[in-house]
Amino acid sequence: MIFQKYAAPKFFYPLAGKCLPWFAWLCVITLGIGLYLGLFVAPPDYQQGETVRIMFIHVPAAWMSMFIYAVMAGAAAIGLVWKIKLTDTFISSAAPIGASFTLLALLTGSIWGKPMWGTWWVWDARLTSELILLFLYLGFMSLQSAIDDPRRAARAGAILVLVGVINLPVIHYSVEWWNTLHQPTSVARLDGPRIHSSILIPLLVMMGAFKLFFISVVLLRMRSNILDDEADSRWLKEQGV
Amino acid sequence: MSSNIHLFTAWKRVLTRELLLAYRQRNDIITPLIFFIIVISLFPLGVGPELDILRIIAPGVIWVAALLATLLSLSRLFSNELHDGTLEQLLLTPHPASVMISAKITSHWLTTGLPLVLISPLLALSLNMTTDALIYTMLTLLLGTPILSLIGAIGAALTLGLRGGGVLLALLILPLYIPVLIFATGAIIAVSNGFPADAQLSLLGAYLIIAIIFAPWISSYSLRISLD
Amino acid sequence: MNWVEFFNMGGYAIYVWSCYLLATIILSLNVWLPLRKYRGQQKKLRQQHETTS
Repeated sequence: MIFQKYAAPKFFYPLAGKCLPWFAWLCVITLGIGLYLGLFVAPPDYQQGETVRIMFIHVPAAWMSMFIYAVMAGAAAIGLVWKIKLTDTFISSAAPIGASFTLLALLTGSIWGKPMWGTWWVWDARLTSELILLFLYLGFMSLQSAIDDPRRAARAGAILVLVGVINLPVIHYSVEWWNTLHQPTSVARLDGPRIHSSILIPLLVMMGAFKLFFISVVLLRMRSNILDDEADSRWLKEQGV
Repeated sequence: MSSNIHLFTAWKRVLTRELLLAYRQRNDIITPLIFFIIVISLFPLGVGPELDILRIIAPGVIWVAALLATLLSLSRLFSNELHDGTLEQLLLTPHPASVMISAKITSHWLTTGLPLVLISPLLALSLNMTTDALIYTMLTLLLGTPILSLIGAIGAALTLGLRGGGVLLALLILPLYIPVLIFATGAIIAVSNGFPADAQLSLLGAYLIIAIIFAPWISSYSLRISLD
Repeated sequence: MNWVEFFNMGGYAIYVWSCYLLATIILSLNVWLPLRKYRGQQKKLRQQHETTS
């Protein structure tokens, strides 16, 4: 019940405004700790040397790219069933952030591959799946920008995300299978070294930092979108921007 | 009980009407087919006429050309009816919209996908495929092109009437086509190398069944969104 | 703490640092662009509210 109250823009906007600084500062602190641990404390890997530090960017970015898409899909489902407008705002706000993380994962994955496998791009299963995920994000953003009517844009986008999320495991499985088919002997995997605590802890901290980053930025974008949608409403005039 | 009979009759009527319209606009059927042939012919021109190389790339070439030819034909799936108002009529009938839409999709496959299946042997030969590979090319196209029509219908419904529609449709749908591409070409390549392709064909079959069950429903829901 | 060694990253300097640089750029843009838009909206709406009230 309280949840539904805050689902209305006029309550969500100030709530988001109060929470934003907290999330933002937590993000900065966590990021600082994560960078310190990743760059200074974690030891270089026996095989991969110092390039293992790339993992502290690549893995959290890849994780976030999938996590954000999943959350978007959840919001899309909720929005279609219960018709809560805030979910539409959330999805449009989250998509560019998700696409950014996907792009970061792809670029860092490619750079990581060069010293390891000698080429700038390896069509390994994980990177290829990540590339397809980028296409899904870009498709969603293109669809939303091509539709003028905001209600149609929101609902069409929601369907696209849901169709995409259902297909995602199928795509991932087929790409995995395709990869083993064509590389029976040397399977190039960007798995990274065996995970032990000196690697795991910085990794988890960075993942936390990225999550906090996402929450902060999405709150900011949602406030911005609400301002766009509700520019003429009374509550805005009364509350002040 | 009687409404079931009426449902099938209604379905048949929509299908017949679609096929009649397609026949009157034969251009819409022939153009994707010619596109299919031309695209496949581009590869020897671009890659060189060495038969060994052509044989290796043939499954991928044929299938990618099939994807593109299908995409080319999808934008007209709903757009003609949009302009004269019959699309809304279709959604307003007492019969479930998803069933009516499935008739349209069936007609689309009969006029787009099936011709590709039928002409594929010629193109397979031109790319120096073995007989086994040729048979499996037809088989995978037979199983796969309906999936392309079904999933494509969702994209066509979502992008109905939008500017930049055709290219946007391609951007949305191509990622969803990838599993079909992988399993179909995987089957052909497996058979070319003497391995069984049962797993790939079963997966394609399963994908087809799931698409038949869900795609018409999702498409009609998307149409309502686009028309409201 | 040998800073030269640190920056050299065992010979992999370009790879490691370009990744961290990319991360910085992408994350900064994700903050800066929405923030700029938001501030612009705030300003415009405040002006609107002042003229109408």
